[in-house]
Amino acid sequence: MIAIGVQAEAFDPGVELTRLEALGGGGVASFTGLVRGDGGLVEMMLEHHPGMTEKAMRAVAEEAARRWPLLGIVLIHRYGPLVPGDRIVFVGTASAHRAAALEACAFLIDWLKTAAPFWKRERFADGTVHWVEAKAEDDAAAARWGG
Amino acid sequence: MAIEMLYFAWVREKIGVEGERVDPPATVATVTDLIDWLAARGGGHAEAFEDPARLRAAVDQHFAPLDTAIAGAREIAIFPPVTGG
Repeated sequence: MIAIGVQAEAFDPGVELTRLEALGGGGVASFTGLVRGDGGLVEMMLEHHPGMTEKAMRAVAEEAARRWPLLGIVLIHRYGPLVPGDRIVFVGTASAHRAAALEACAFLIDWLKTAAPFWKRERFADGTVHWVEAKAEDDAAAARWGG
Repeated sequence: MAIEMLYFAWVREKIGVEGERVDPPATVATVTDLIDWLAARGGGHAEAFEDPARLRAAVDQHFAPLDTAIAGAREIAIFPPVTGG
């Protein structure tokens, strides 16, 4: 089962975990990404390429399914204006055993950061606005998985 | 051959439009050529495309290096490196 969500609406990790638990495996792993309020951030605007986002996320999920024996993958990424504490991204994996679920979950979030067409614009309490720059460590995190 | 251009993040902001239809001459063979050709218009295009090292592209909705040939492409998106997750 591969489920991809590209949405403005909030999501409920509990609901997604329950879907993954229902697949009959022995292990479910997940990662939830949240908006941090560092430096007086008041809004994070997520922009994306609507024509290709879901395809790009599905390609990342299919790559994980090739590498690990997974029963299910859920990937959800939000777009639009978010505030500190909001959930941005959810990665969930189900497998017969923990290693595949945990490793695939780490792989998925590392690859999502570099292979899905999203851009973040931050707005701060003092009125400054800037686009988040891509980080070399994100590229390195994705590259450690190879190919 | 008309190409649908799409711009995202600060590339979109500097150019001032989300997209446009362009019809480059046959001498424009790669995404880099296309960027140079559009930058020559000056204004927001020149500003957005000033430093190609900061730009990434998708050709027909697949990420593609800037030296990718554009023959037959219908849609080309130009944007900064992605920052999702």
